[in-house]
Amino acid sequence: MKRKETIWTAGILLVLLVLCVVLDASLPSYHIAVKVVEKASVYALVAVSMNLLNGFTGLFSLGQAGFMLLGAYAYGVLTIPVDKRPSVYQYFDGGAIQFSLPEAFSGFLGEGAGTVAGMLAALLVGGLLAALFAFLIGLPVLRLKSDYLAIATLGFAEILKAFFQWNALGPITNGSNLLKSYPVFSHPTAYVVLAGILIAFIVLLINSTYGRAFMAIRDDEVAAEAMGINLARHKRMAFIISSFFAGVGGGMLAMYMGTIAAAPFKSAMTYEILLIVVIGGIGSITGSVLASFLYILSSEWLLRGLDSGSFLGINAPGLFKNGFRMAVFSVIIMIVVLFFRKGIMGDKELPDLFRRQSRRERPEKGGAGNG
Amino acid sequence: MLPYLINGVSVGGQYALIAIGYTLVYGILRLINFAHGDVFMVAGLLMVYSTASMPMYAALPLVLIATVILGFCIERAAYKPLRTAPRMSVMISAIGVSYLIQNLAFYLTGGVPQPVVNPIPWISENVMIFGESTKRVTLVTPVLTILLVAGLVYLINHTRIGLAMRAAAKDFETAQLMGIKINSVISFTFVIGSFLAAVGAMLYFTNYPSVAITSGGMPGLKAFVAAVFGGIGSIPGAVVGAFVIGLCEEIIKGIGLTTFSDAFTFALLIVVLCVKPTGLFGEKVTDKV
Repeated sequence: MKRKETIWTAGILLVLLVLCVVLDASLPSYHIAVKVVEKASVYALVAVSMNLLNGFTGLFSLGQAGFMLLGAYAYGVLTIPVDKRPSVYQYFDGGAIQFSLPEAFSGFLGEGAGTVAGMLAALLVGGLLAALFAFLIGLPVLRLKSDYLAIATLGFAEILKAFFQWNALGPITNGSNLLKSYPVFSHPTAYVVLAGILIAFIVLLINSTYGRAFMAIRDDEVAAEAMGINLARHKRMAFIISSFFAGVGGGMLAMYMGTIAAAPFKSAMTYEILLIVVIGGIGSITGSVLASFLYILSSEWLLRGLDSGSFLGINAPGLFKNGFRMAVFSVIIMIVVLFFRKGIMGDKELPDLFRRQSRRERPEKGGAGNG
Repeated sequence: MLPYLINGVSVGGQYALIAIGYTLVYGILRLINFAHGDVFMVAGLLMVYSTASMPMYAALPLVLIATVILGFCIERAAYKPLRTAPRMSVMISAIGVSYLIQNLAFYLTGGVPQPVVNPIPWISENVMIFGESTKRVTLVTPVLTILLVAGLVYLINHTRIGLAMRAAAKDFETAQLMGIKINSVISFTFVIGSFLAAVGAMLYFTNYPSVAITSGGMPGLKAFVAAVFGGIGSIPGAVVGAFVIGLCEEIIKGIGLTTFSDAFTFALLIVVLCVKPTGLFGEKVTDKV
């Protein structure tokens, strides 16, 4: 039975990948479908990283936007080509940093491979930076209980935002001006594969002993401690790992957006991601990924008409004006939050969907062994 | 420096009015009402619209009543169904409500910040104090805040509904067993909170050129920090916390570090939570699970 599930899961993932490659090859890069796939992959990664913390470890953190901000800035600062720096940092004499990772790597890996390696390295640095900050902020903050933790992490994200807009840091962060002209992945497949690999890492982590420890902490802290789980250590670990992936996700979001400013990384972004996690099901990786794609697909594409006059053939410019889409969206979200608290997937994963028949035959066996 | 101090007291008073809404709700439901800042913003919008279209003696009560109804409806629609749910679900619901209000407000205002054009002429007039010129609202706010808080403290300590609120804050379930209608107590709490937020909004937005849909977020969060700083659940604590934060913020602006006036508030929050999580006047809370 286990094998059948694995085959089905692998099959579905493969089909999705092939679909993405086909999409990539057949549509121009400015097509809305391509943009949807790119943005949704990034959101999927960030949503899964948030789910790791909120859904699997039971730590209600709202600092995701702050860690994404770190990742985005790290990526931008490290990848803007040297010759473009004077124009980007025009108010700060070309900035303080005078190298860029893609160019540095091109030096010994060749033009193409070097650029890609440099970009990946910059993403990695962004993730590590976010992880470092998570470690530091986690020292005091992780001792707090649920809602205090939420508000403290939210506050931390706001502080970070203020710092990045501070003029004194301008030679590095460009103050409140945009960072731009950095290299980006131009193919949606790149986003999908990268996000997919990172999400796979999270899945492996969750299915490891660490993951079980996280879930034990979520279910009952006292019992978990009695079982010999070091609470502080595991909470810190979950926080750092989640932030690492949020940082990488932030870097990828920077790629998608093309320019970086601190302003979009506000608490509304964290809320958006949290609501995606809730729609997908708190505690389900598949749910988070699915919900990200659904959310981005409908908000960026399917429901566009709600904002611009006509939707499903109904023409009502008076009703369908700017902002109606998000209003409809938030009503849907509230319905999910109030009446479908399990979200799309509950706490099930993709392989669980193929297990329906087998469950009747072998009720208790297998447990949470999915992947 | 003096104008900054005067401003600080005024801003502090406005934060205090919002902070009470947080602290009362948290005291009873153990819920950070993320939507409270948005209720505050809606009150600001209502003030802009209503003062533009009707005389003041009709407009101001209307703002108060509409805001109170909004607060009441939010509680009934979004929090009451989740009474037995885990705390995380309720908090998510609160975030969802905040998101919903902001998006609805965006739709209704067209996303354009609504200009505040001298809605309440009397409090916008300039007066002189210690040789500095300032708007009358700066002087009215602290006085009004103190009066309202005194009224509220009387209400809580000397009336039956106040007794019920204290009982509910002490122990939710036992209060129910004692025959207290918990739902009406909670609704009443939201009514008071929204009322004070509406008063706060009227005073706060007189000082600003416009009300945007995101205007509620920052004052809301700061007021929450004030509530935590003063000891969540404690009304005098929230008021003292709000005045301290208002003053510190304006002093920081006075020194020329405006970028960090917001960050300071959160730094204070993190420090308070780590050093003395119960705040200045907070009682030792036993965690309700």
